[in-house]
Amino acid sequence: MKESIKKPVLAVGPFHPLQEEMEFFQLTVDGEIVTDIDVRISYNHRGIEKISETLQFDQVPYLVSRICGICSASHPLAYVQAVEEIAGITPPERALYVRTIINELERIHSHMLWVGLAGHFIGYDTVFMWAWKYREPVLDLLEEITGNRNNYGNVKIGGCREDVPNEIIGKMLKELDALEKKTDMLTKAVLDDPVLHARLKGVGILSYEDAVKYAVTGPTARGSGVAIDVRRDDPYAAYADLDWNVITQPEGDVFAKAVVRLLEVFESIKIIRQAAKKLPDGPIAVEVKEIPAGEAVGHTEAPRGETFHYVRSDGGNRPVRHKVRAPSFVNVPSFKASCIGEEIPDVTITLAAVDPCYSCTERLAVIDENNKIVHDYETLLKLSREKTAKMKKEML
Amino acid sequence: MSWKIWSLKKSPWVFHVNVGACNNCDIEIVNCLTPKFDIERFGMKLVGSPRHADALLVTGVGTRQAVVRLREVYRQTSKPCVVFIIGACACGTGIFHNGYHVAGPVDKVIKEVDPNAIIAYVPGCPPKPEAIISGVVKALSAI
Repeated sequence: MKESIKKPVLAVGPFHPLQEEMEFFQLTVDGEIVTDIDVRISYNHRGIEKISETLQFDQVPYLVSRICGICSASHPLAYVQAVEEIAGITPPERALYVRTIINELERIHSHMLWVGLAGHFIGYDTVFMWAWKYREPVLDLLEEITGNRNNYGNVKIGGCREDVPNEIIGKMLKELDALEKKTDMLTKAVLDDPVLHARLKGVGILSYEDAVKYAVTGPTARGSGVAIDVRRDDPYAAYADLDWNVITQPEGDVFAKAVVRLLEVFESIKIIRQAAKKLPDGPIAVEVKEIPAGEAVGHTEAPRGETFHYVRSDGGNRPVRHKVRAPSFVNVPSFKASCIGEEIPDVTITLAAVDPCYSCTERLAVIDENNKIVHDYETLLKLSREKTAKMKKEML
Repeated sequence: MSWKIWSLKKSPWVFHVNVGACNNCDIEIVNCLTPKFDIERFGMKLVGSPRHADALLVTGVGTRQAVVRLREVYRQTSKPCVVFIIGACACGTGIFHNGYHVAGPVDKVIKEVDPNAIIAYVPGCPPKPEAIISGVVKALSAI
């Protein structure tokens, strides 16, 4: 404790002009060099898992789409896949393709958003304005298909709420052609810019070993050479029928993560084109009667990594337990590996490089008056073991 | 009209406060600055400190951790200021109304600090950038 008092601590947050959300970083610094980092979260904690237990199965997708505004297609899809596994429902073929299209449109707009914000963080506002201008047509498409620019709420148990009408497909492909050209220009401008090379290469390196050790997911892992992608490893929706590549970069620095995201935009465009071509005719939803007792997990590849939902049902009309693990929850601790040893100005872009989403990640710790955590790791472990033992006894 | 209000209506500088939002409203606010909408044409600008701001853009339900900071931010904002409450969550806690960690709605928290606060509401989940711009214009022409 005394040791940490001696060292100067730089506080970033909770309201920081750079980051949109509330989060609090304590950077222990030695001169300009960061020697330790502590992340305090839970400013954004809304208790979604508990609220979800008070809602009916078909209402929960609209709640979980509001976990995070940017992943508002992946979270409900993961939940719906878990419930469909419990109930043994197979959604119609067309619904799977519609889900794929919506999810890839979301990935495009999320990656463009990140590229813009990353440009803003390093003071390169031209990239910010370009990227955000180019993502607007994607939002317009999403609005035309689902009725809302964000928070689409388009998946429901047994299928989809809104179809991708055949009239829109031609327009969508035309928009994607235009987007591909613009993204190509942006990618070349970003990747060939000597200023960005000097600013981003070798900054915030997360090595392959550290990426495996911290179990990071999504573009953060793929930027460190770890080729994991739920869409390929455990295909859901229509990904198994489509042809695309998992983009990886071996370097692990911020530049590699930017390259991964920019190239993934092209892969997403490729996926949507194929899905639009193969889109089968037929209904987009099946009728769902009852959700039997049981438990299941559903996972999807959100723009930031693997989104994981666990749902348990007791045969009633509400989930009795709903657990969410968003990708940022595993990506944020990797700051310990990537930020330590960096200079303070480089830390901001390193923090932003994993595209952290704190509203997904928020957890809660209860502390007493003496700042001591009431339920620390040991007590939680003990409680969990006691409960498991109790459940095992009941089963026998 | 006092000169303070007159000067407030010209090129309002805004500070953005997220008190437990899902990022959607925040992104739509930032969207207002980007080329398609570009409210910086009218002198509206996101600033980095509440002490520089004429208006607060508050998004989110107001979690128990956040409302303490929101009160402090409101006290620090130079007066007179307009508080724009953006999004369904901030206007009335929305879908999170029965959450155990929700201390909102935001207007209640602001009124605890200053009962005479000027508050404008922009509902929607999330409100479109057009709605945000329209809300700001309406509020500024009303005061």
